[in-house]
Amino acid sequence: MDARFWLIQTFNGVSYGALLFLVGSGLSLIFGVMRIVNLSHGSYFLLGGYVALSVIWTTGSWLLAIPAASLAVACVGLVMERVFLRPLGFDPLRQVLLTVGFAFLFQQAALDIWTGNPFDIRPPAALTRSIVVGSLHLPLYRIFMIGVAVAIGFVLWLIMEKTRMGAMVRATVDDAQMARGVGIDTSRISMFIFALGAFLAALGGVIGGAFLGVYPGLDFEMLPIAFAVVIIGGMGSLGGAAIGALIVGLADNFGKALFPEVSYFTLYAPMALILAVKPTGLFGRE
Amino acid sequence: MSRDRIKILIVVAVLAAVALIVPNASSFVVLLATRAFAFSILVMSLDLLLGFTGLASLGQAAYLGIGAYLTAILATRYQIGLGNDFWLVVLAGMLGAAGLAAVFGLLAIRATGVYFLMITLALGQCVWGLAYRWNSLTGGDNGINLQHRPKIGIDLANNVTFFYVVFGFFAISLLVMYTIVRSPFGRSLVGIRERELRMKILGYNTWLHKYLAFIIAGAFGGLSGVLWAHTAGIVSPENVVLTTSVDALLMAVLGGAGTLVGGAIGASVVLFIREYLSTLVHWWQYVLGGVYVLVILYLPGGLMSIPERIRYWRGAQTNPAVAKKLAPASQ
Repeated sequence: MDARFWLIQTFNGVSYGALLFLVGSGLSLIFGVMRIVNLSHGSYFLLGGYVALSVIWTTGSWLLAIPAASLAVACVGLVMERVFLRPLGFDPLRQVLLTVGFAFLFQQAALDIWTGNPFDIRPPAALTRSIVVGSLHLPLYRIFMIGVAVAIGFVLWLIMEKTRMGAMVRATVDDAQMARGVGIDTSRISMFIFALGAFLAALGGVIGGAFLGVYPGLDFEMLPIAFAVVIIGGMGSLGGAAIGALIVGLADNFGKALFPEVSYFTLYAPMALILAVKPTGLFGRE
Repeated sequence: MSRDRIKILIVVAVLAAVALIVPNASSFVVLLATRAFAFSILVMSLDLLLGFTGLASLGQAAYLGIGAYLTAILATRYQIGLGNDFWLVVLAGMLGAAGLAAVFGLLAIRATGVYFLMITLALGQCVWGLAYRWNSLTGGDNGINLQHRPKIGIDLANNVTFFYVVFGFFAISLLVMYTIVRSPFGRSLVGIRERELRMKILGYNTWLHKYLAFIIAGAFGGLSGVLWAHTAGIVSPENVVLTTSVDALLMAVLGGAGTLVGGAIGASVVLFIREYLSTLVHWWQYVLGGVYVLVILYLPGGLMSIPERIRYWRGAQTNPAVAKKLAPASQ
C-alpha cells in the first residue's frame, strides 16, 4: 500500500464521484423544489443507458446518443410529472409511492424492449486510451467523466445563480408557499426541475454505461447510492451534491479496497449518522 | 361499537375460511398462502408505524433480515432451532430485531415526514450492505440455504403443518397488534399521527411513544423474518434489499394503511400477482405496477376503503350533501 495505491484509488474515487454528481444533483434539485423522494431516479439512469444503446445501434454515433438519450428521458420525466405527480398535489407519501410504481413499470418495459442481457456502451476509440502521468496510467475516459461533471456543474451553477429562472428555483427551494405568494409559478418550476433531474440522471446513465455497463437491476443499485450523495450533501443544494458525490465516490472506492467485507456499511452508516444529527444534510437549508 | 364488532366478525370468519380451505387446495396454494401470511406480519408491523403513528419507513426489511439471518445462521452453523429450541429462535429473532430497532430508533425517531423516509432507507441499506458483503457470516450474494425445517414435536417439513404454524403466528400477531392499537398507548399514537404538537402540549412524551412503536414494529418484523427463513428455505440479501422494504410499504398502502388486516390483503394480492400470474403471463409486472399506480391515484385509502367508498357513493345518489363532501375527496 504505497503512494501509488492512494493516488490511483483517489483518482478512481473522484471519477466515480463525477458520475454520482450527475445523478445526485438532479435528485437533490427535485427534492429541494418538490419535497418528494423520487424513487424512479435510478430508472432514469438506466433508461438513459438503454436509449443511448438504441441510438448507437441505429446511427452508430456515440456523440449523438448522449443528447438524444438525455432529452428522451427528460420527456419521460416531464410527462410523469405533469400527468401523474402534479394531480396528487402536495402529498409526499403518495408521490413517493407513485414513483416506485413507475420504477416497476419502467423495469418491465426495459426488460421487454432491451431484453435482460447486459450491455456495454463503447465510447469512441479516442477516449479509450490512457495517458501516463509519472508512473500512473490514467484512463482518458475517467478524465472525460470528470470533465463532463465539472462542465455540467458549472452550467447548473450559472443557471441557478445568474438567471431569473434560477432565482425562482432557489426561492421555491427556500419557501415554496412564499414563492407562490410573490407570483412565482411553482408548478412550472417543478415541471422544469423534474425534467432537468431526469435529463441529468439519463446523462449519467449514458456516460456511466461505458464503465458500469447497462443491465437490469442497475436502477435499484444506483438509487440508494444517489440518495447517499443527496443526503450527505444536503437536499436542494448543488454545491452540497458536488461534495456529497465526492465523499461517496471516495468512500465507496476506499471502502471496497480497504474493507471489502463491510464496504457498503462504511458508505451508508455515515449517511444515517449525518441524517440523525442534521436531517437536512451537511449543506442543506432548513 | 357494533360496527366494529361486525368488522371483527368478518375478519375472524374470513380467516377461519382461509384456514379451512387452503390446506385442501393444491400444494402451490398452500405454499403461496404460507408466504403471504409470513410476509403479512412484516407488512402489519410497518402499518403500526405508517398507519397508526404516521411514520413511513423505507427500511422495514432490515428487521425481517435480522430475524431471517439469525434463524439461518443459528440453524446451519450451530444446529440451533431445529428441534424444540425453535421457540427460543423465535424469541431471539424478535429480541434481536427489537434490539436493532432500539438502536436505529435513536437515530431515526427525531426525523419526520420525508426525512424519516430517507433515514430509514439509509439504515436499511446499512443492514443490506452487511448482508451482501460480509461473506464469511452471511454467505454474501448466494445467501444461506436452510436444509431442514424444525421438528417441534410435529414435523414442520410437511407444508400443510407448517402453514398452520405460520397461520397461528399470524393470527396471534394480528391479535396482539390489534390490542396494541386499541389500547390507550395506540390511541396516543394515532393522536401523534394526527397532530404531534397538540399531543406534546397535552403532556405526552411523543418521542417515547414513537420510539416504543418503532421497537414493537421491529420485533414483529423479526418474527416475520424467522418464519420467512423457514418458508422460503433460503435467506439472501434479496430479503433485505431496498425493494423488499418498498414492497412492504406498497403492500401496506395497497391494502389500506391504518387497518392492520389491509396489510395481509395487500401482501396476498402482490404475492398472488408475483408468484401465480408470473407463471401465466410474462407481462405480470405491468399488472403489478399498474395496480400500484391506480390505487395510489384513485384509492388513497387502499383496498380496505372500497366498502366505505361504495357506501359513500350510494349515499351520494340519494343525498346531495354527501355528494358535495365526496367531490373534494376524490381529487
